[in-house]
Amino acid sequence: MRKREIFTRGLVKENAVLVLMIGLCPALATSATVRDGFGMGLAATFVLIFSNVIISLMRKIVPNEVRIPIFILIISTFVTIIDYSMQAFQPDLYQALGVFVPLIVVNCMILGRAEAYASKNSLINSILDGLGVGFGFTLALTVMGVIREVLGNGTFLGITVFGEAFRQSPVIFMILSPGAFLVIGILKALINKYVKKEIS
Amino acid sequence: MKSPALIFLGAFLVNNIVLMRFLGLCPFFGVSTTVETATGMGMAVIFVMTLAAWITYGVFHAILLPLNLVFLRTATFILTIASLVQLVEMFLKKYYRTLYSAMGIYLPLITTNCAILGVTFLNIDNKFNFLNGTVFAIGTGLGFGLVIITFAALRERLDLAPINPSLRGYPISFIAAALMALAFLGFSGLFGLT
Repeated sequence: MRKREIFTRGLVKENAVLVLMIGLCPALATSATVRDGFGMGLAATFVLIFSNVIISLMRKIVPNEVRIPIFILIISTFVTIIDYSMQAFQPDLYQALGVFVPLIVVNCMILGRAEAYASKNSLINSILDGLGVGFGFTLALTVMGVIREVLGNGTFLGITVFGEAFRQSPVIFMILSPGAFLVIGILKALINKYVKKEIS
Repeated sequence: MKSPALIFLGAFLVNNIVLMRFLGLCPFFGVSTTVETATGMGMAVIFVMTLAAWITYGVFHAILLPLNLVFLRTATFILTIASLVQLVEMFLKKYYRTLYSAMGIYLPLITTNCAILGVTFLNIDNKFNFLNGTVFAIGTGLGFGLVIITFAALRERLDLAPINPSLRGYPISFIAAALMALAFLGFSGLFGLT
């Protein structure tokens, strides 16, 4: 497969959240605002790329029988790094994301890429795959964050968009939990209607 | 400090793990096709969640805190839960065949269920003692069981409903979950819990 294809596949065609429907918990929980969604996406991308790198480099020496616990340990190392770095450098974001930062470790997207891709492919391809899947995840969370923050809070990254009157009484339901389910449901329906046929 | 009864109600209804905290969504959508499978999954979650809360409480307070190894929390908890699930599965298979046949096949799925790991982290973050941690885990597990079983009942009906083909499957399930979450928002403020 060509290098560009490896990257774009995870970004659009096999988008983790909107097409494959994995990694749903952080996608729904942290997409109430653009900043949270984008921050969560980048944190998961960081873990994904570095775990892909290490797993790809170690793919010839990891015994097949114990590969899953080893992958989990490698992933949890990078989760701990991002957990403590975010706590130190972005305390506001860390507060907003809460328990979902350490929970990146059980994001099936990351273990899935380790098992299905990085443990079988070369270093360069695994990095490209991690970048594609990670940015696809970030893209999905940011799109949801934009929709929910603009409608539910009347702002975009904290800047008022539809004027002060809407800012005072927005569709609050969108930033609460029902809004998350509704937005992803409608996005998925639109994808089924307009995109899926072209993909398959 | 909140009383155990309030912690239970908060975990069970007000801050429902699936609809309000967004944890355990994979089994919520994946294993809720029939009421029967949803019941098995719900039972397995309640059981493992309580055990995991006990074990990780012991690991955290007896090993990680005294040795100043709190930064290893993520790695130790996930490995502890993974081995706990394996152990429970083998134990049930050998000694409690009926229980095993009811929830055995759901146990391996639980290892990567973020609800279990999430509850053990929340227990630590909320600085719960042993009793409150247990109550929180049981309440959360029951809350999970309640919504997954009702949601499965909803989905059995949805499968037969005449709807637009592009809404079939996931999209309509998400929209149904949105309506359930809206109903659960009604619980917020109950007994002053938020």
